[in-house]
Amino acid sequence: MPVFDQQETRKPPISQIGAVLWLKTNLFSSWINSILTFASLYLLYIMIPPLLNWMIFDASFSFGTINFFGFEIKFSEEMATNDNCGRVGACWPYIYEKLYMYTYGFYPRTETWRPNTVFALTGLLFVIVPLVKNYKYKNRVTLSLIILYPLISYVLIAGGFGLLTPVATDQWGGLLLTLIIASVGIIVSFPIGVLLALGRQSNLKVIKLFSTLFIEFIRAVPLITILFMASFVLPLFLESGNYFDKLLRALIGIALFQAAYFAEVVRGGLQAIPRGQYEAADAIGLSYFQKNVLIILPQALKISIPNIVGSSISLFKDTTLVLIIGLFDMLAMVNLTSNDPYWLGRETEGFVFVTMVMWAILYTMSRYSRKLELRFNTENKN
Amino acid sequence: MKQLLKLSAASLLVVGALSVQASTLGDVQAKGYVSCGVSKGLAGFSSADSSGTWTGVDVDVCRAVAAATLGDAQKVKFVPLTAKERFTALQSGEIDMLSRNTTWTITRDASLGLNFAGVNYYDGQGFMVKSSLGVSSAMELSGAAVCIQAGTTTELNLADWGKANGIEYNSVVSDTNAQTLTNYDAGRCDVLTTDASGLYSMRAAASDPSEHVVLPEIISKEPLGPVVRQGDDQWFNIVRWSLNAMITAEELGVTSATVDEVTNNPERERLMGRSGSTHEYVGLTPDWTYQIVKQVGNYSESFERNIGINTPIGIARGVNALWTDGGILYSPPFR
Repeated sequence: MPVFDQQETRKPPISQIGAVLWLKTNLFSSWINSILTFASLYLLYIMIPPLLNWMIFDASFSFGTINFFGFEIKFSEEMATNDNCGRVGACWPYIYEKLYMYTYGFYPRTETWRPNTVFALTGLLFVIVPLVKNYKYKNRVTLSLIILYPLISYVLIAGGFGLLTPVATDQWGGLLLTLIIASVGIIVSFPIGVLLALGRQSNLKVIKLFSTLFIEFIRAVPLITILFMASFVLPLFLESGNYFDKLLRALIGIALFQAAYFAEVVRGGLQAIPRGQYEAADAIGLSYFQKNVLIILPQALKISIPNIVGSSISLFKDTTLVLIIGLFDMLAMVNLTSNDPYWLGRETEGFVFVTMVMWAILYTMSRYSRKLELRFNTENKN
Repeated sequence: MKQLLKLSAASLLVVGALSVQASTLGDVQAKGYVSCGVSKGLAGFSSADSSGTWTGVDVDVCRAVAAATLGDAQKVKFVPLTAKERFTALQSGEIDMLSRNTTWTITRDASLGLNFAGVNYYDGQGFMVKSSLGVSSAMELSGAAVCIQAGTTTELNLADWGKANGIEYNSVVSDTNAQTLTNYDAGRCDVLTTDASGLYSMRAAASDPSEHVVLPEIISKEPLGPVVRQGDDQWFNIVRWSLNAMITAEELGVTSATVDEVTNNPERERLMGRSGSTHEYVGLTPDWTYQIVKQVGNYSESFERNIGINTPIGIARGVNALWTDGGILYSPPFR
């Protein structure tokens, strides 16, 4: 009867476990990687400490009052000025002072509750949509939200209709304007984009030709050119005095531009649907409309989600281009507010602040799209 | 892009020739506000303060016209414009007047269908150096490294001036104003050159403003002033004489504080519309000049409030002083 003389288990060599293994495989796997690691460490060493010094350790934080969406946080009685901030570190009180401009632009101060309500509604939207996902009438709820949300937002922000004081579009600015341009751009261009994608696949020659020409024309010119056209050239062709709103002109330009991109994204999705799906839909006698709405588009849009979101994110970033046509989005506010004679030389703080806000919004968007993708991924669920 | 520019330039001329404007004054009074093109932010000339109120010497010209035509200096709709869109906006009727640090040149005055209504700031290209250099005149700058913005007339002006005065220099070129200042601040050059008004606000933005001096030499002429469309002489006169009223008010010593005092000076009484009938010639109410001085102030008040020696920008009157004080600011008489 063989007896196993059980030996004590030996530990693996130190270079094969834990932190050492991780370092070896991830940072020092070859001599090239080792050099790159040390070079990166050195770059971080020369960049990070001065940045932290400027942003935090040498910076001024505690002057004046910050007003954040109507909530006031008081740091000190003493108001910040360009001088008591000093020039060594960042002057964050400049941001407190200009926060209103960065958020609402020239929007009348007495009417701040209106954009605030819209911001709150937007946040609520992201809460409601997932909440109703198992509700029987979720499609109706979602559809009514899609129609109601822009309407309510428009009435609140623009006013008029005998309810609220009208606020002209030249007074909209900052984050408010950035969000308006991005959301209108995305919401308006999406249906147009889907129609163009279907048009490009259509058997009707004229529609196909028109869609193709439109898409190829728009995609072949940069957004700046379209904005220039909309802003400088268009007014010259209209009868003097009949110019329409500058923001509206920019919005139309952006929506058309984005529609062409969405059309190509959706076309990619359409082409990925197997031929059999079309034929099956035809075989059971569905009309063109039924075929696309019930069979083709739901599948095509689902696989296009990552690209649709990617395209939306790049549109959001492109909205900053409106600064060249004299609209004051968040980025343009940096230039305007740092040209206040009493706050000269604070561009850097402004740019850093806008970068952080942009990053927060865009990162949220991309995380949200990841969630959507997982939710709609029905492929392997069975 | 070039085609596009050509096309737009061509259509600009066509529209300029075709558009026979109805009375701009009538339009303004019907709308209830003056639509005025300003810059997108130029410290002291047109910029917005923390509460979103527009201030600056260019802005004050807009306000003066609003005070004259509507009796209320607040009734201005400011249209921020880029340098590229400013003339189109005026041509297309989007704005009633342009007050956006625009240099008066023959090309602009004679070929774009525009009229310059006067000069509200005499600018010119100047130099700024670190005071530690001990330089007191631009003539001592031989061999210096000069920070300059690429592709601007500044570069050409400097080349002309250097050649004419036999001064050799090395240029350190950068793309934007902010970059130019960074280069200068970091010591990559000894001298920074741009328009004098810009020099002062760059000095205020530098890490220690007291370390820098602006040299007295001005090497180019940049008269900045308000612009209107051609073809409406009444409106042209209103804008021109609103600016002149501010200058004349300074000359006669009338300020927003003393405007209500009635004096024996007939010229002053005429300016204030308390005698004479000059208001009829421009189609306004007799108190139009009174409202300008009352609500906006005279030229000196506007200057000192926005760019004067007690503001962070700190520009001395210099060439912009009245002709009686050694400057070249001169208004034709109100008679």
